[in-house]
Amino acid sequence: MKIMPAAHLDIDRDAVLKEAVDRIGRADACISAQRRNFLRRCLTLGGLSLLTGCTLTDEHSVDMALSGISRMNDKVQGWLFDPDRLAPTYPASAITRPFPFNAYYGEDEVRKVEESGYRLEVTGLVSDKRKWNLAALRAMPQTDQITRHICVEGWSAIGRWGGVSFARFLRQVGADLSAKYVGFKCADDYFTSIDMPTALHPQTLLTLTYDGQPLPPKYGFPMKLRMPTKLGYKNPKHIQAIFVTNTYPGGYWEDQGYNWFGGS
Amino acid sequence: MTLSKPLIHPAWLRTFHWLNAIATLVLMASGWRIYNATAFLGFSIPNNITLGGWLGGAIQWHFAAMWLLGVNGLLYLAVNVASGRLRHKFFPLSARALLADMLAALKGKLAHADPRHYNMVQRLAYLFVMLDGVVLVLSGLVLWKSVQFPLLRELLFGFEGARRVHFFAMAALVGFVLIHVVMVALVPRTLVYMVRGR
Repeated sequence: MKIMPAAHLDIDRDAVLKEAVDRIGRADACISAQRRNFLRRCLTLGGLSLLTGCTLTDEHSVDMALSGISRMNDKVQGWLFDPDRLAPTYPASAITRPFPFNAYYGEDEVRKVEESGYRLEVTGLVSDKRKWNLAALRAMPQTDQITRHICVEGWSAIGRWGGVSFARFLRQVGADLSAKYVGFKCADDYFTSIDMPTALHPQTLLTLTYDGQPLPPKYGFPMKLRMPTKLGYKNPKHIQAIFVTNTYPGGYWEDQGYNWFGGS
Repeated sequence: MTLSKPLIHPAWLRTFHWLNAIATLVLMASGWRIYNATAFLGFSIPNNITLGGWLGGAIQWHFAAMWLLGVNGLLYLAVNVASGRLRHKFFPLSARALLADMLAALKGKLAHADPRHYNMVQRLAYLFVMLDGVVLVLSGLVLWKSVQFPLLRELLFGFEGARRVHFFAMAALVGFVLIHVVMVALVPRTLVYMVRGR
């Protein structure tokens, strides 16, 4: 680099300074305009994602939004549910034969529960926590129903179930009927939970028989809960424990994304 | 200000149209996945054109988009009736004019001179799709809440009947959408009208 002696430069210092300031100013203005535009676009994008509550490219956010709507649908269904509205009943000739088997495992993996060792646990918000054997359940008044079982997969089948009114059972054990949930734990590691209004519905049955015979293992021996107002996955089989609670217990399928209320 | 091009579709109509398009696409694609869980008509729909990834996911999409379709559809019908647009645009219907318009359409000579005016084929097609939408929502209600809507359930031939009504109403909607999109492709400026209004 060649250094010029200052004396050889005939420059108007004030003019140079002024031009430099002007240039920097213009460049700065230009950058500011770009920055403002950029910021404005960011804000618009941000605003959009605020509006939707998520960025649509984010799979987790979509899942969260869908789960949120599913929770809202639980509330709507609870509100729509009329505790006195009965599911239609059918004549014996309408029964689907053979009644289909369905579970989260195949029919060759059906659990065999022994009657002799079976004790039903009742816990949570109940006054009587004694365990029940099958004889005690059979000694209670029995009712029968022929109703339609509707599966979340879309198919439906008509069957005949018999047993104890679940409302009567809950009153018998002194359950807190103002509690929110009744939960179930099953011998096949299945678990689910239902709302109290459905638990008290007149057609909700602690089921001990199918078509007049003791419940066969594939339909949930020794006991299942049958609700014609709910989809199949809400009807637990091989029930070992029943608990009354105000803490949301979830369920095997519900925790994976099936709607919790799952009722019709 | 008569210099600007005449307005063909007001903003409210365009908003309802595109929201309905989104809801319809989501409901169809997720509904196909739900159908596949028990493909009761003996065929399955390729999973790669369905939405949801699995039955539970598809149901979540379906039962979210149903609110968009339902609320948007109700508002559309309400504004359409209250503004008098339904009466002006879609009535009167005439069988003779329909025949003439259909013949003209088949010969490729259907007039599109005034896009504000619906020919008889369009009137019938749009009225049909409104009715089909109503049937889809009502049969969907029976499938969702068959115990809570007993009258609707019996009118739609019970739960199993409603299942079929829902499927075939969906198939009719797919037919409408295909024809609708082909017509738009043949007269592309109609797409511009539905986006910009004029």
